[in-house]
Amino acid sequence: MGHPLVFYIGSARERTDVLEGEDRARFEAIVLPHLDAAFNLARWLLRSRGDAEDVAQEALLRAYRAFGTYRSGNPRAWLLQIVRNACFTWLRQNRMGEEFTEFDETTMPQESENPEALAIANSNREQLSRALEALPPAFREILVLRELEGCSYKEIAEVTSRPIGTVMSGLARARLQLRNALSQPQPKEARRAV
Amino acid sequence: MPCEHSQLELHGYLDGELDAMGAANFEKHLEDCPDCKRVLAAEESLRSALQNAALYERAPESLRKNLLGTPEKKVTPIQPGRVSGFAWQWLAAAAVLFVAVTVGWGVWQRSQSPSSMQLVAASLVDAHLRSLQPGHLTDVESTDQHTVKPWFDGRLDFAPPVRDFSTDGFPLLGGRLDVVQGRTVAALVYGRRKHIVNVFVEKGPPAEGWSGFGSLQGYHWLAWQKDGFSFFAVSDVSAPDLNQLEQLCLSQ
Repeated sequence: MGHPLVFYIGSARERTDVLEGEDRARFEAIVLPHLDAAFNLARWLLRSRGDAEDVAQEALLRAYRAFGTYRSGNPRAWLLQIVRNACFTWLRQNRMGEEFTEFDETTMPQESENPEALAIANSNREQLSRALEALPPAFREILVLRELEGCSYKEIAEVTSRPIGTVMSGLARARLQLRNALSQPQPKEARRAV
Repeated sequence: MPCEHSQLELHGYLDGELDAMGAANFEKHLEDCPDCKRVLAAEESLRSALQNAALYERAPESLRKNLLGTPEKKVTPIQPGRVSGFAWQWLAAAAVLFVAVTVGWGVWQRSQSPSSMQLVAASLVDAHLRSLQPGHLTDVESTDQHTVKPWFDGRLDFAPPVRDFSTDGFPLLGGRLDVVQGRTVAALVYGRRKHIVNVFVEKGPPAEGWSGFGSLQGYHWLAWQKDGFSFFAVSDVSAPDLNQLEQLCLSQ
């Protein structure tokens, strides 16, 4: 009979805008394969799996509603852009002071005299994870997109709405800051402040 | 004061984002800049530490299930019209619930069985592993694209695009025919440091599931399309490396 399918999201307390069956299949085929990417980005931006699950779900719902306007292009970048915007909105509303700040163009961290490649190479998952979470969100975002998600500069520029040049310099600073953090002696009982 | 190249070009180089000329220039610079050499070594160990730490966190099953639609007991309000008998409403509600459960069940079932993407990935990773058996890697062994490309003539009903990327760190090693899910495809073999990358090529739009990227049994895979061909790369090199190969293939 060609009834439009209703796509239930979350607790299905709301009926989302209705997509015809074909569009829905396209959404499942084109956008949903990037669900891991969406969750991973949200998890690192929000530093919490639970919050990431909520926000990623919300972002997928938004993507689903906006899918009618998506025609072509890079679906992963399209989705990740929605996810990161949802994350920064959520941070603004829920964690004062942790919201997004632009790269500070004036303060380039100094290359330490001897970047200890060895200390970095020996870092374990917990140290790396802690150091990554301690970075400002804009730095964390760019590193997660590049190193974990394997995005090209062009994709990162698309996701973060920044020029490619800014992506490149942002990566340079983010990496330097992370390396500096890792080559310092690791405090035994360091805990992140939330 | 650190060398100024270490702040930009070095990262473009590390990420494979410089063009061939830029990369060559930077390599030349690297030869006599101990600063950059030191920073590059530190950046490389940072990258491998990040990759070895398995920091990537995949979406939990609960999220996937929520998104694929759980059958919901509460249904959207219905408009029974003027004949609003009590039984009528119940009947309509039951009908809607039935549809919701049926659709939900179908979707849920689909989410339980491996997706076509996972099946394709599994068979291509298998093909990659087969190719690593002694004597199976290449049917035509040559680093010359002008030798490899004509070899496919007459063996396939299409001429796969063959290019050598040795200046960008992906030397062409050769090619062979392979069979994936019953279809004959071209396999191009590239080297990456000590590793092997298989790039499977098919003509036409991607077959079902021949899309996306991911990892399986420690192997990364990545699919893309260009000029009417579908590509599927599999290797144990890092995901960014595969991404770089994709970019090389997509450029020009």
